[in-house]
Amino acid sequence: MAEDLEKLRNDGDLLFQQVPMVEIDGMKLVQTRAILNYIANKYNLNGKDIKERALIDMYSEGVSDLNEMIMLFPLCPPDAKEAKMANIKERTRNRYFPAFEKVLKSHGQDYLVGNRLSRADIHLVELIYSVEEIDPSLLASFPLLKALKARISNLPTVKKFLQPGSQRKPPFDEKQLEKARKIFRF
Amino acid sequence: MATKPRLWYFRGRGRMESIRWLLAAAGVEFEEEFLETREQYEKLQKDGCLLFGQVPLVEIDGMMLTQTRAILSYLAAKYNLYGKDLKETVRINMYTDGTLDLMMMIALAAFKPPEEKEENLALIVMKAKTRYFPVFEKILKDHGEDFLVGNTFSWADIQLLETILMLEELNASVLSDFPMLKAFKTRISNIPTIKKFLQPGSQRKPPPDSSYVEVVRHILQF
Repeated sequence: MAEDLEKLRNDGDLLFQQVPMVEIDGMKLVQTRAILNYIANKYNLNGKDIKERALIDMYSEGVSDLNEMIMLFPLCPPDAKEAKMANIKERTRNRYFPAFEKVLKSHGQDYLVGNRLSRADIHLVELIYSVEEIDPSLLASFPLLKALKARISNLPTVKKFLQPGSQRKPPFDEKQLEKARKIFRF
Repeated sequence: MATKPRLWYFRGRGRMESIRWLLAAAGVEFEEEFLETREQYEKLQKDGCLLFGQVPLVEIDGMMLTQTRAILSYLAAKYNLYGKDLKETVRINMYTDGTLDLMMMIALAAFKPPEEKEENLALIVMKAKTRYFPVFEKILKDHGEDFLVGNTFSWADIQLLETILMLEELNASVLSDFPMLKAFKTRISNIPTIKKFLQPGSQRKPPPDSSYVEVVRHILQF
């Protein structure tokens, strides 16, 4: 509700008046990237040194760029939707998926960076699921991405999260969009 | 002797300017290759230098790094400007994410149609004065220290100064209600490496003008 947001803002809980906000280890964290970095560092999902972290960051930023396009799509005005969707598919097919397929091919390892699980793998697999919800055929010519998706999905914690009843959220629909519009007044 | 970092970008601020600031503040010499033609850009792509087909590109320590934030985080860590522990790092990340958001709005404003530009810039100034500057004013006031995080010079301070100067270019009196930020601006500007960067002849770039916008549009074809 709009009042919930108002209260968070008035209580000084939102540094820049925006959500997400995560309360963790006595801190009220905002800014998605800052939060993700903190969690990844804390749980050893951010590489073993700053060079690995640079690659993880680079890959994660790319994932985030495409994810943002998909995330903002419901907000697109109806007459622009077709062009926007075509753009998302084109970017997926020609820019992002080929880049990650190439990374996996270049080292032949099970994970994107340093031969071990990092947040980059998790972010990418999350993105692959989102893309498949739009158009499953987009994954067709990317065998290594398919294999990564299967491998990460089978990790016990991820497997559990993918099951019904977990805290995973469904794609944003029109009803939720209306709710968000009311709360954030746009 | 280690080779200097090499930056590939257009001859202007855009998404590369914060990287130039960070390197300069850390006292690191760097080289620049300026993209002036479509052919140069296509060559970079063909040579596989651009992971997602985009600049900024920074060649450093044997890596071809793209994605502005990935580059900035690497440099901040490498030059000890990223806090002493995870809690300081997360605060630096929160502050720099905020200031980077604001600076990106300014960078993108240059590409808006002329009739929208003025309104856009007014909105940015308003956001600075109501959403961002009060936050940093309060942080400095609450701890009374010289720097934003951990009483130590960090990436967050460099970025905030860069943001302040950029906003002042849009509105000279933007700091009028923020005494702590005014003092902060003076203090950080006087750090020797930054003082040097602020002098004419440095690698700092001017605000975007119409010829810059034209070059970028031509090379990126939009």
